[in-house]
Amino acid sequence: MDFLNALILLLNYIFVPALAYGSQLAIGAIFVTLIYGILRFANFATGDMMSFGTMVAILFTWYFQSIGLSLGFLPTALLAIPFAILFMGLYMLIIDKFVFKYYRLNKSPPVQLAMVSIGVMFVTQAVVRIIIGPSDRRFFDGEKFLIKANEFKEMTGLNEGLAIKSTQVITIVVTIILVSTLFWFLNKTKTGKSMRAYSDNEDLALLSGIDPKRIVMITWMIAAILATIGGVLYGLDKSFKPFTYFNNMLPIFAAAIVGGIGNPFGAFLGGYVIAFSEILLTYAYKKFFMYVLPESMEPDGLIQLLSTDYKFAVSFSILVIVLLYRPSGIFKGKIL
Amino acid sequence: MRKNLNVIAAYSIMMGLIILVGIFQSWNIALSIFNLCLISAVMTMGANIQWGYAGLINFGIMGFTALGGLAAVLISVNPVQEAWSAGGTNILLSLFLIIGIVLAVRFVLKRYQKSKIRNYIIAAIIISGIIIIRLVSEPGIEAIEEVNPARTGFLGGLGLPIIFSWIVGAFFAGGLAFVIGKVALGLRADYLAIATLLISEIVIAIIKHEDWLTRGVKNVIGLKRPAPYEVNLQETDWFINLVEKFNSGKLALISDIAERQAALNQFVIEGSSVFVKLCYSGLFLVVVIILLILTQKALYSPWGRMMRAIRDNEEAANAMGKNVVKQHLLIFVLGSAIVGIAGAMLVTQDGLFTPGSYRPLRYTFLIWVMVIVGGSGNNFGAILGGFVVWFLWIEAAPIGLYLVNLTTAGLEDTHFLKVHLIESVPYFRFLMMGIGLLLIMRYRPKGILPEKIEIK
Repeated sequence: MDFLNALILLLNYIFVPALAYGSQLAIGAIFVTLIYGILRFANFATGDMMSFGTMVAILFTWYFQSIGLSLGFLPTALLAIPFAILFMGLYMLIIDKFVFKYYRLNKSPPVQLAMVSIGVMFVTQAVVRIIIGPSDRRFFDGEKFLIKANEFKEMTGLNEGLAIKSTQVITIVVTIILVSTLFWFLNKTKTGKSMRAYSDNEDLALLSGIDPKRIVMITWMIAAILATIGGVLYGLDKSFKPFTYFNNMLPIFAAAIVGGIGNPFGAFLGGYVIAFSEILLTYAYKKFFMYVLPESMEPDGLIQLLSTDYKFAVSFSILVIVLLYRPSGIFKGKIL
Repeated sequence: MRKNLNVIAAYSIMMGLIILVGIFQSWNIALSIFNLCLISAVMTMGANIQWGYAGLINFGIMGFTALGGLAAVLISVNPVQEAWSAGGTNILLSLFLIIGIVLAVRFVLKRYQKSKIRNYIIAAIIISGIIIIRLVSEPGIEAIEEVNPARTGFLGGLGLPIIFSWIVGAFFAGGLAFVIGKVALGLRADYLAIATLLISEIVIAIIKHEDWLTRGVKNVIGLKRPAPYEVNLQETDWFINLVEKFNSGKLALISDIAERQAALNQFVIEGSSVFVKLCYSGLFLVVVIILLILTQKALYSPWGRMMRAIRDNEEAANAMGKNVVKQHLLIFVLGSAIVGIAGAMLVTQDGLFTPGSYRPLRYTFLIWVMVIVGGSGNNFGAILGGFVVWFLWIEAAPIGLYLVNLTTAGLEDTHFLKVHLIESVPYFRFLMMGIGLLLIMRYRPKGILPEKIEIK
């Protein structure tokens, strides 16, 4: 019984939150890695592009709520996602046309494109803050919990409760669908294959008749899908605040590089690596050991490896270590 | 003279703008903009040395700024004796332990050949070291943080004049840059950017949460000043006489004696804060001029030429026998040290140290906008960038308000769009920075004052 309690404890406080958070990071990391692999620059506007997509979704959610449209126990925001993606794709294409295209055609060095993306970051941030404001917004509606801690306790008779938020389940399900479609697209369809060929060797791809304009456009569309869905899922699970989204860029970068930048599957796993190590290293294991160990050996302290203040620092340290020992990432991406 | 005409013109326009602010808004605002422009100029000089001279991309400016600020605290605050007696020995012991770990790792690295076992040994040393340090330092940290937590709760500093911290801040930042440079400079440009960005976040996390050293988010306030205090100035005779002399024309118009006295008092209060700001301006100006002379000398020295050669073609420079790795490290340390000076100056001017206020947007990306807009590789350009961008950053809100009022003039004052736009005026600064950066990068990629290569 104690062992089961300990297991539920870990599930409740580590596994489920880390899985949801990891999925959100993974989507962002695939976004970064796609841009890096095909358009060849580090996109510092990642976080703000996600916040732009989320903002559009929120505006649509409010509109749907005002006309009384809802999905029952599911959040209305899910209904808003397709519309938000359309807007986001339009925004991305406009940015590409007026900003990135010029540098791509001139074959500018990646650093210059990264600098340009900082300009885009400032502009996007301004647009988001001017339209929706900088404050914290919750746009979740529908059923909040799938399993409540109390119900779980009554059901099983255990001391520890397992609470599963519906947003966590939605996050995981949507991630699975999205990522498997994406991998199917990249590996099985002709367009996906040409995208990978373009990322591998641009000149060879051009020689074999692949149209770069089309590849770039499709990349931006996929990026729009990823940015919007990733942003909305994060916003549903926590809340929407432009500043937090900007900050999320950092663990997302960490996940992309840990997984080997340019490698979508690596980025996907990298998201979970970052999320799990953040939560595993900053969780206080006192209660866990109280269940597992006999009473005489009960620990005094919190048994916390690092205080929760260092949550971000954990992922960044992992990144630095990976960069030092395996600069191409755990799952081989582009060679540095 | 003629070829420097654009520099002179650009700087005169800039000074003219600041003087206009002085005339139309107030001299207080104009001077505080000017002071922060000077500090930004120091930061951009640091970033310009790295990016403009050597092509190294450093997105960790925020971390070095914060370390400079930390130096200001550690130098100027009086030591907290009780805290030292409560937990000082534990902290010192941990410090020795850290040095011991570093030496042990170095020993292993030097002594044994590259192998898996060596990596495991190093990992084991570091992990066990961290555990021992935590065991040793924890009681000390708790004891220190319990000493009068509302006012101190940290070890305090050395109690020296705060001016010294400008040099110490440079050493702090330079030391960190040395460590980062040793591990990360081998990375390709955009990876280096991400790595430095994340490392600077780690630095901020440590400064924010190690309360025994920095008081963390409780902030350190009331730091010593190199300039006189307004309150004291308002009571000194020579200052009151000075203000009286300055405003004699206006005062003469007021006939009533009581009213004249009241007006004089008002002038003294305003004058005192202007005077204090002028003191800071003087100090900062000295730093900027010294740094400018040094960096200009370095730029046109054989060393500067070598750095440009390394920037433009690393392989060729390497083939000519230049030690690229060493020079990169050197310039990374130098540039970061200059940023550290700026960080200490910033805290000196504010008189308080608030770790929570260090955010990458303001302290890393904005500085980069300054360097790019001003003109990388050209010191005058970088300084001008600091001035222009900071000026716009502050004045963007009034300009934005003016534009909003202009474009929505046809709407009623209560129209929801107008109200909303006026509320979001502060964010026009982001828009302005972004569009400015994009336009400069597209149409004038070398900045307002481009780099000029001339052999002197």
